[in-house]
Amino acid sequence: MTALLKVEGLTKAYPGVVANDHVSFEIAEGEVHALLGENGAGKSTLVKMIYGLVQPDSGRMTLRGAPYAPPEPSAARRAGVAMVFQHFSLFDALSVAENIALGMETPPPMRRLAGQIREVSETYGLPLNPDRLVGDLSAGERQRVEIIRCLLQDPRVLIMDEPTSVLTPQEVDILFATLRKLAAEGTAILYISHKLEEIRALCDRATILRLGRVVESCTPHEKTAAELAEMMVGAKLATPSRAGSAPGAPVLEVSGLSLPSANPFGTSLRDITFTVRAGEILGIGGVAGNGQDELLDAISGEAPVAPDTVRLHGQAIGALGPSLRRRIAVLAAPEERLGHAAAPDMSLTENAMLTAAIRQGLATRGFLKWPAARAFAEKVIDAFDVRTPGPGNAARSLSGGNLQKFVIGREVLQRPEVLVVNQPTWGVDASAAASIRQSLLDLAEAGTAVVVISQDLDELMEISDRFAALNEGRLSAPRPAKGLSLEEIGLMMGGAHGMEVAHVAE
Amino acid sequence: MIRLEKRPSPSRAWTAATPVLAVALTMVAGGVLFAMLGKDPVAAIRIIFWDPLFNEQFASYSRPQLLVKAGPLILIAIGLSLGFRAGIWNIGAEGQYIIGALAGAGVALAFYPLEAWFVFPLMVIAGGLGGWAWAMIPAILKTRFRTNEILVSLLLVYVAEQILAAMALGTMRNPEGGGFPGSRNLQQYPAAANTELIANSGMHWGVVAAFVSVIAAYVLLNRHMLGFQIRLTGQSPRAARFAGVNPNGLIVFCLGASGALAGLAGLFEVSGPAGQVSIDFNQGYGFTAIIVAFLGRLNPVGILLAGLLMALTYIGGELAQFMLNLPAAAIQAFQGMLLFFLLGLDVLTNYRLRWGKREIA
Repeated sequence: MTALLKVEGLTKAYPGVVANDHVSFEIAEGEVHALLGENGAGKSTLVKMIYGLVQPDSGRMTLRGAPYAPPEPSAARRAGVAMVFQHFSLFDALSVAENIALGMETPPPMRRLAGQIREVSETYGLPLNPDRLVGDLSAGERQRVEIIRCLLQDPRVLIMDEPTSVLTPQEVDILFATLRKLAAEGTAILYISHKLEEIRALCDRATILRLGRVVESCTPHEKTAAELAEMMVGAKLATPSRAGSAPGAPVLEVSGLSLPSANPFGTSLRDITFTVRAGEILGIGGVAGNGQDELLDAISGEAPVAPDTVRLHGQAIGALGPSLRRRIAVLAAPEERLGHAAAPDMSLTENAMLTAAIRQGLATRGFLKWPAARAFAEKVIDAFDVRTPGPGNAARSLSGGNLQKFVIGREVLQRPEVLVVNQPTWGVDASAAASIRQSLLDLAEAGTAVVVISQDLDELMEISDRFAALNEGRLSAPRPAKGLSLEEIGLMMGGAHGMEVAHVAE
Repeated sequence: MIRLEKRPSPSRAWTAATPVLAVALTMVAGGVLFAMLGKDPVAAIRIIFWDPLFNEQFASYSRPQLLVKAGPLILIAIGLSLGFRAGIWNIGAEGQYIIGALAGAGVALAFYPLEAWFVFPLMVIAGGLGGWAWAMIPAILKTRFRTNEILVSLLLVYVAEQILAAMALGTMRNPEGGGFPGSRNLQQYPAAANTELIANSGMHWGVVAAFVSVIAAYVLLNRHMLGFQIRLTGQSPRAARFAGVNPNGLIVFCLGASGALAGLAGLFEVSGPAGQVSIDFNQGYGFTAIIVAFLGRLNPVGILLAGLLMALTYIGGELAQFMLNLPAAAIQAFQGMLLFFLLGLDVLTNYRLRWGKREIA
């Protein structure tokens, strides 16, 4: 195999941090190559340089033997390098074809483009109707729009950034079939992920980055997932553990909960029913945008619902607002850290006041006790190993993982009876994620009813007692997590969203 | 190329330094302007900033004027700043100021010529309630029908001006005034007069109220849950809902408080410096206070200083027109420069300047 893209000694430094330090690797034609590493290991910077979004300080790249140094993404696309981003840049109110035309430099007439879209989508087993509104598509279908947008350029190198984080297991299978077919045709695929089992199943080679350097290069299916993880982190990882005790009496009962969506492209909750017992963790899986935010809002009290659809120890609490629910120990940690769970420009002390004023007695007759709030913030910082110079620092100055530890810790230390968390470890490095999971397990051990909403199925399988899936605002019946197969979970999540009939053209 | 880089936390040093730097830059740029007009720049700057306070000849008149002008500006701006902090935009303080004055003056004229201790306190209550009620119109429309409070409160200013004219010409016209428009002079009705508390200081009850409001707003914003909720709502509305803030309650409180303070400012003006209800009673304090609020960074202490500075440039500006024959437009341009530098330099508290090539991170 000859090297299609060769990267030699790429270095990129930002103020205070060397994001890439003499990174070298190469991809051959038809190779699926994994880039592995924790958050902050330098994967994004590396692919941004390959895609022309960032210019390296030093080092060089060659594409098909010729020097390659794209000054901007359009130059990279002309050279045959395409990229599918983790976050989609699509307009909800436009159709699939219109969205694809917007990303092209010289779009063909709409009717011909629609024909091309159909052709590509059939060839690669990515069923997609070019006339549908993007706002009506599932996350998996939106990703297909992005992939087809890339494939229409006939790329030689396709970069995919965390493509499976928004997919059901069945959709992952469809995607992998497409990628294998592309590889068989000679396209090189650079695949970024931290899902180790997927990489073992799909990728021919892997380059592992740690703190901006290439630490290892290997053939993934010859290694175990644990070995790959240790290469990434550079240390042994502690697996979260719990003693395991029988759950107690029902604490939180949700029955027949419906909540119409507040905006036209949001998701309405439909007839949601579940019970969580004391000391139990209920894991709620599902692809993003299927009602996760809305479900959290309904339990935290941000979105008031019919009184008797949410009950705590049998008492109807559906109509109570967030403050009254905190008073009775129903707490929540939303997904969006900056702007929802925490105010970005406020200090950690002020952010401690934000949710802890009632339960920690940080206010008397409306007058705030800042020293007490500061002490509580310091307690959270100590107990959850939040790396920050002190509680006076603004929330936005913390890294994602550290702020997440603060946000979770702030609720855990308030002795909740019910705690709902949405995406507790999203964008958090492996060791911080492990400590957050451990704290949720410890909390359940102490008798709290915990609801964990997450898109990370491995995470849910690791810590949940029971599992249910959200799909288009409906919740499947919860089932014991032990012994659930990936296949069953996928079907609970809505399968491939009506695409089971699709087959990759052979 | 110069580029701005967001600071991880707002800089405290720059928060304090930018107003001083802005005044210095205004003096330089204004000096250049005055020199180009053929005036002595040093003399002009001295007349605007120094003479109103310390010149033996003028200070006896202009020093009291400083408090007389700054008092209502500060009182109104403090009220407005509460709403502005929370993203609730009361632009109609001028109207609330008029209605407050009319309500207070109405009470006085109704009791005339009764000499009783309770007349003035009743007027104060009526003035505050008048402004509050006028501000409740945009508040209720916003919470019930999601109308835009900027438009509603602004347009109500013009309604208030019409009511003022009708009162000055009709209902409240002085029956002993020989048919001239305008009410009785409240300064000549001792039970209702808002007199100078210390001779030749300009200090009247309105100025006292302004100082009290500064302290109250400071305590509210820094030490009270309601103030915390106001700040939280302005910075991060979604986090505020998560924290349990009731958005409608906050709208009613902020508009009501700013309306009541503007109404009080109107009452103290009509019973004090102005003395009577007249067609041209309102002089734009309600609009200038918006500038004062932003000039003071929506911070109570900042507003106190900004109100005094604004009053000083008005008094000093008039003095410079009179002494140096400077055109009024030059004075306005000078005041504009001050605003420009103050607000423009504010960017340095949240961003730092970087020289270097731009890149996409």
